[in-house]
Amino acid sequence: MKSGFFAGLLLATVSAAAAFAQGAPIKLADVAELSGGGATVGNNWKNGIDLAIEEINAKGGVLGRKLEVTHADSQSNPGVARAQVQKALDNEPYVLLGPGYSGSVKVTSPLAAEAGIAQIMGGEAAELTQGGNKFLFRTSFGQQSSMPKVAKYINDELKAKSVAVVWVNNDFGKGGRDVITKEFAKYNIKVAADLSTEAGQADFAADVSKIKAAAPDAVFIYLNEEESARILKELKRQAVTVPLMGETTLVGQKVVELAGDAANGARGHVGLTTDAPVDLVKAFREKFVKKYNYVPDHNGLKGYLAIYMIKATTDKMGKVDSKAFADTLHGLTIKAANEPGILMDVTFDEKGDIDRQGFLVEIVEGKQVVKQVLPKLN
Amino acid sequence: MSNLLDLLVAGLATGAIYALVAVGFTLLWQTSQTINFAQGEFVMLPAFLMLAVMHAGAPFWLAIILGILLSLLLLGLGFKLLLVDPMLRHGVLPLAIATMALAIGIKEAVKQFFSAEASPFPSIVPAGDVSILGRVVSLQSLGVLALAIAVVIGLTMLLNRTSIGHQMQATAQNPTVARIIGVPVERMILLTFLINAFLVALASLLITPIYLAKFSSGEVLGQAAFIAAIVGGFNQVRGAIAGGLLIGVVDNLAAAYVSTQYRAAVPMVLLIVIILFRPQGLLGRPEERTV
Repeated sequence: MKSGFFAGLLLATVSAAAAFAQGAPIKLADVAELSGGGATVGNNWKNGIDLAIEEINAKGGVLGRKLEVTHADSQSNPGVARAQVQKALDNEPYVLLGPGYSGSVKVTSPLAAEAGIAQIMGGEAAELTQGGNKFLFRTSFGQQSSMPKVAKYINDELKAKSVAVVWVNNDFGKGGRDVITKEFAKYNIKVAADLSTEAGQADFAADVSKIKAAAPDAVFIYLNEEESARILKELKRQAVTVPLMGETTLVGQKVVELAGDAANGARGHVGLTTDAPVDLVKAFREKFVKKYNYVPDHNGLKGYLAIYMIKATTDKMGKVDSKAFADTLHGLTIKAANEPGILMDVTFDEKGDIDRQGFLVEIVEGKQVVKQVLPKLN
Repeated sequence: MSNLLDLLVAGLATGAIYALVAVGFTLLWQTSQTINFAQGEFVMLPAFLMLAVMHAGAPFWLAIILGILLSLLLLGLGFKLLLVDPMLRHGVLPLAIATMALAIGIKEAVKQFFSAEASPFPSIVPAGDVSILGRVVSLQSLGVLALAIAVVIGLTMLLNRTSIGHQMQATAQNPTVARIIGVPVERMILLTFLINAFLVALASLLITPIYLAKFSSGEVLGQAAFIAAIVGGFNQVRGAIAGGLLIGVVDNLAAAYVSTQYRAAVPMVLLIVIILFRPQGLLGRPEERTV
């Protein structure tokens, strides 16, 4: 009688544990730039994540389990980001999300790799995925993919023979500057002025004076959002009229909002834009605006896509296995027809870089207008 | 040479705004021995007050008026009654530390109740250019410079040519004697706080369209204005004005001719040199207090 009682108790305990494991939420950890210079990046990223999780959970979650995310603020500071990532990894998340700044990704990716946790991030510096880290994945193009397209456009369409390059002195900016100047050399485009600026810089009067003195055919601007807006305003104030070209941030929604009229005419290559002529992207934009009451920039898309990358990869595995996650995502092609949340067909290579269609846009009357669609390579 | 002209105009425009803020430092120190380390945040806050009024549906001109009035109330009257008066009796140092705490409080409150992200802010000076000596110069730069200079001239005239100004001077030089000869010292001190609140609100109106409205934007401004006040002379309004203009120009020239990375260091080096060789500042006077 007594042994029967204990057997029953054991069975009940095991069943309850199994049921708990089955229904326990999948824990994700996000470390993003929620304040400081990258607040625009981090808050868009966070909102994109929350929107995707809300959608997925409303439809029953991933493999029947709800997603649960904790957000931590890196304060746009790589040192704080590292501490926050270490804290997040101590809680053994399924996947680590963020940060968005390349410098913060650079110092946190070894921690995630050491813990064997996949890290889906927003950084775009070319070097991030060149070091053999098998756990790091992009949500957008790296500079090695996007800058050649920018240089080609400046050569073929703008016919510029000399370009002033303005870049922000951090990992993101330095990486972009190095790649674009190499690409310019291939087209014999002269770098008329090579201007390093500081993250968080408020006053660009001196930099724009230098641009005017150099008299380039075009200006290539590679700064973070707020600084991009400030330099656009200063360029307008000092009546610089040559074409202004950028990559993603220069023509982002936040920059357009902050710079106002000064953003008109700016052009750039963007991997992700809510103005893309893609129905699923338009639907995403509507949902985002309905929930948050503003139009997201590419970082909102990145955060949203990161969650659907997790869903598609986990569905492919058929199990929640953080150790096998990275191996499964390498080489994976996710088709929007099968997973609409991924918005556009995307392929992840062995380095964690992505292949997806891109866009060349121009700001016209305060809105991004897509001028060219650049198809997915493979 | 033409590049130098651009740099000078831009530097003077920024420097004029620094001067407005630096004058506030000087006024408060002279009349109530208050070193306000929240002065930068005082410049940041009015822009958000104006934005809040605009978000409520008011036009820009009304937002400016209400923003300035709210600044007078919060950063002038409120600051004096709720923080300076209770703390000053404990000495200058506790008050200075209290203003540091206030700076953090204002920043975090704006971050919490508004946003950590930057917001656009309209300019009161219309966009456009004018030609000076064959060079295209921004109307905004000239407008900012002209408005800031007009305010500084108005303030100087108030201090030197009016009865109230003389009473303020007397309060600053010797409050005990001023009280004996019938000067309403407390009212004069309050007036300097209100003037400071007006100056920071005006600086906010001029600088925010360029720097954008952001909770952390006061850090740069506060530091630049503090350096300007010391370089020019902490105990002279004209010193603060000269210091502000000098720092604005030096900062721009350093960014152009030294390096952008070291632009922030150049005013600091200037500050150290001044402290070493002329501690009272370029136009300041040792052992004297006058506004």
